[in-house]
Amino acid sequence: MKYEMIIGLETHVELATASKIFCGCPTAFGGAPNTHCCPVCTGEPGSLPVLNKKVLQYAVRAGLATNCEIARTTHMDRKNYVYPDLPKAYQISQFDEPICKNGRIVLENGRTIGITRIHMEEDAGKLVHEGNYTYVDYNRGGVPLIEIVSEPDLRSIEEVREYIETLQLIFRHIGVSDCRMQEGSMRCDVNISLRRFGEEKFGTRAEIKNMNSISFIEKAIAYEYARQAELLDNGEKVVQETRRFNESDGTTESMRGKEDAQDYRYFREPDILQIDIEEAFIEEIRAGLPELPPAKKKRYTEVLSVPATEASILVKYKNVADFFDAAVAAGASAKNVCNLIIGQIFRGFNTEEEKERFALPIRPAHLAELVILLDSGKITANIAKQTLEKMLSSGRSCMDFLSASDLASVDNSEVDKLCRESIAANPRAVADYLAGKEAALKALLGYVMKATRGKANATDVEEKLKNLVSGQ
Amino acid sequence: MESRILHLAKKLRQREITSRELTSQYFSAIKAYDSKIHAYVRLTEGLAMEAAEKADLALQKGDAVSPLAGIPMAIKDNMAIRGEETTCCSRILKGYKPTYDSTVWEKLSCMGAVLLGKANMDEFAMGSTCETSCFGPTYNPRNTDYVAGGSSGGSAAAVAAGTAVYALGSDTGGSIRQPAGFCGIVGLKPTYGAVSRYGLIAYASSLDQIGPLTATVKDAAIVFDAIKGHDPKDHTSRKDTSAAPVADRLKGAVKGKKIGIVKEYFENLGRDIKEAVHKALRYYESEGATLVEAELPVLRYAVPVYYILACAEASSNLGRYDGIRYGYRAEKYADINDMVMRTRSEGFGKEVQRRIMLGTYVLSSGYFDAYYKKAQLLRNQVIASFDEIFDKCDALVSPVAPRTAFPLNYASDNRIETYLSDIFTVPVNIAGIPAVSLPCGIDKNGLPIGMQLLGRQHGEETILDLAYAYEQSGRSGVLPPDMGVKL
Repeated sequence: MKYEMIIGLETHVELATASKIFCGCPTAFGGAPNTHCCPVCTGEPGSLPVLNKKVLQYAVRAGLATNCEIARTTHMDRKNYVYPDLPKAYQISQFDEPICKNGRIVLENGRTIGITRIHMEEDAGKLVHEGNYTYVDYNRGGVPLIEIVSEPDLRSIEEVREYIETLQLIFRHIGVSDCRMQEGSMRCDVNISLRRFGEEKFGTRAEIKNMNSISFIEKAIAYEYARQAELLDNGEKVVQETRRFNESDGTTESMRGKEDAQDYRYFREPDILQIDIEEAFIEEIRAGLPELPPAKKKRYTEVLSVPATEASILVKYKNVADFFDAAVAAGASAKNVCNLIIGQIFRGFNTEEEKERFALPIRPAHLAELVILLDSGKITANIAKQTLEKMLSSGRSCMDFLSASDLASVDNSEVDKLCRESIAANPRAVADYLAGKEAALKALLGYVMKATRGKANATDVEEKLKNLVSGQ
Repeated sequence: MESRILHLAKKLRQREITSRELTSQYFSAIKAYDSKIHAYVRLTEGLAMEAAEKADLALQKGDAVSPLAGIPMAIKDNMAIRGEETTCCSRILKGYKPTYDSTVWEKLSCMGAVLLGKANMDEFAMGSTCETSCFGPTYNPRNTDYVAGGSSGGSAAAVAAGTAVYALGSDTGGSIRQPAGFCGIVGLKPTYGAVSRYGLIAYASSLDQIGPLTATVKDAAIVFDAIKGHDPKDHTSRKDTSAAPVADRLKGAVKGKKIGIVKEYFENLGRDIKEAVHKALRYYESEGATLVEAELPVLRYAVPVYYILACAEASSNLGRYDGIRYGYRAEKYADINDMVMRTRSEGFGKEVQRRIMLGTYVLSSGYFDAYYKKAQLLRNQVIASFDEIFDKCDALVSPVAPRTAFPLNYASDNRIETYLSDIFTVPVNIAGIPAVSLPCGIDKNGLPIGMQLLGRQHGEETILDLAYAYEQSGRSGVLPPDMGVKL
């Protein structure tokens, strides 16, 4: 690899507000064409936009969560271009005074990726091609978006993936967007250029527009890297242009060159007054921000002693992390809650979306109630698992399933007695264990578990056996 | 001069006449005179008779609170009325029926207003003569060889001809005041944001403002009171507009008022006009007002600033007319781009195309700083200059235009002169302040001369009261409308 890739992303994220950015129509995905519409959405002559305050709140929240400076005064601009999905022939966006700027996020490898700006804008409608006709559906028109523009700080495909996933993680956590790329609520434009390692000057970049999956982005970058490298190797120049990614063969092709770049004739939107943002407004939003994923992960590993891999999984899904936190707060041990969630509950969810949603018939307190019994040795891990299964299929509390015998804890002296019996009855296993065969302990353990019909705490028994055997 | 609205309101309440009878009389007058004047482009007879009937019921029951209940009126063809064709007098909006009501109409119809029809206007309010309408010109009721002025020419002519008691117009650079002046009636351009623009089809959003055209000052105040106020559907609508009715407070109090005279406003004027306005100033002085000299050097840039800003906004506002969703669509086309291009070339008139091109140019990268940005800076200077002036004065008096009504077909051959004739009206829109125009004399051709009173933001009461004083003194020599319905 003699070239370094220089990548910057423009990421469009649909905000999860209930109503649109400039009118009261619902933002819900789907719906029969042109049913979530009003004169404002369809740009009827004489209609006027009114900024949804929630959009402002969400944009500020997104800015604070990505360490941005928040503007004290901002305004909307018109971006003029003609396309049938844009009913006013201009998009209300922000040009020279975005709501947020100068932010950053930090990757696992410690590199900081600068965020140039975040601005608010409206989404366009959708064209539907059928036979010889093209239809237009304005349901999505006016759905609020924020565009997050990164600095050209990304240097590898892995960093790009992590950057996107981190944005998803943060925005889901703070509830501003579900960031579902396949549904179009998150889309990326990728700016990529190459330079020789050690060089300072950036090369000429190409922009790949409107990417809606991380794997496509990875493929597109790989293709672009090879394409631009070949040009540079042959002493040719990379042309500044906009390119399109072909999903079928993983290539990119030119859409339009720099000379065909549109002149958007930006100017201040006269229908919306200047937006003054008060300190108190920002502080209220800051105070309401939940713990962000990086801080949360740190707390899980350092304070709750959750292993790093498990902690990463928990923080990846906001609802899971919230459930976990609530169960732990109810007195259950982090370790057992984590194990049951990842080892058992997750098995019921097949897709990422299901994990994100984490729709369970039981509440965190229900899980905590069960785990507390497990923690205190009143039930065994096995019984906990079987009971949880029943709870998940019925939505009922563990007490509805635990019989008196399940709950009858095995007497400690009884366990002691059985351990000694086991050692006495299995001299071969004892010898093997002492000779270094760890697995031999299982035979001793099996004896005790069988005798208590699985009610003894296996971990405790194992510990006890080890001590007894080693002490012999 | 007596308020026509109050006069009729009284008659309606005393059962001397019903709203249905009154409305029928107006339709008869329209049928008798409008072929000569062409103030209307569309009549809304069904809607009107229905509204009149409703108003009569309310009047009978004593439920009709507003003096506007049952009173027949006209609306400029650029305000949305649900289900009623609204075209801005442009071919491109042919057949367009709004799916919603403009806020002004919502307010007026709730009060029992009776809409006679949609009034003619320059296409998309772009013009000073009402001759760019795709339906043909409106003729001045005072002398039909002359234009009614524009762009709210139809609204002004209907009131001046007595074929509407009052009308709504819109004023982007003088479009209420100038036709009111040309037709010898009263026109009020309110403070920007005092009246909701929701449902007003935009020409230049930062300058457009809806206001009344009426026979008397008191009528202007009554209609202004009815349509003003904050509207959550218009973000530029002001929350600090006083709710107190202005109409009840008109006393004609001149004594002690400071009236500014800006010398730049009296340069390059027709002699008749200069004399008429000076006569009015002498009246105010004789009634105890102090005349204060003021300067507004930035006035020389007002016309270019106006045309740059207005055309820039228009080029964006009119981008939506593409033949896809509503209005006119070219019949023959190769593909979608061709369809949009043909639709716009065939649908827009020449003046509109000229302004779209000019606006597109001044917003283009490479030219933005030289034109649009500079115009914005000058706009701030205009605002600051007026602020300074209104620190010293309660109102300014000026002519409405450097001349009286143009002869028909004059503007198309003298385009630059026509643009420049907006010089006295455009600064008001640039600064967002209110101004009222009213007749103050008659020129040698027998045409009305208009003067305007400019006020500070939310200064409608002050300027209307001064206008009321002058009107009540009976010095203008301009007779009230007398062609149509005899009151």
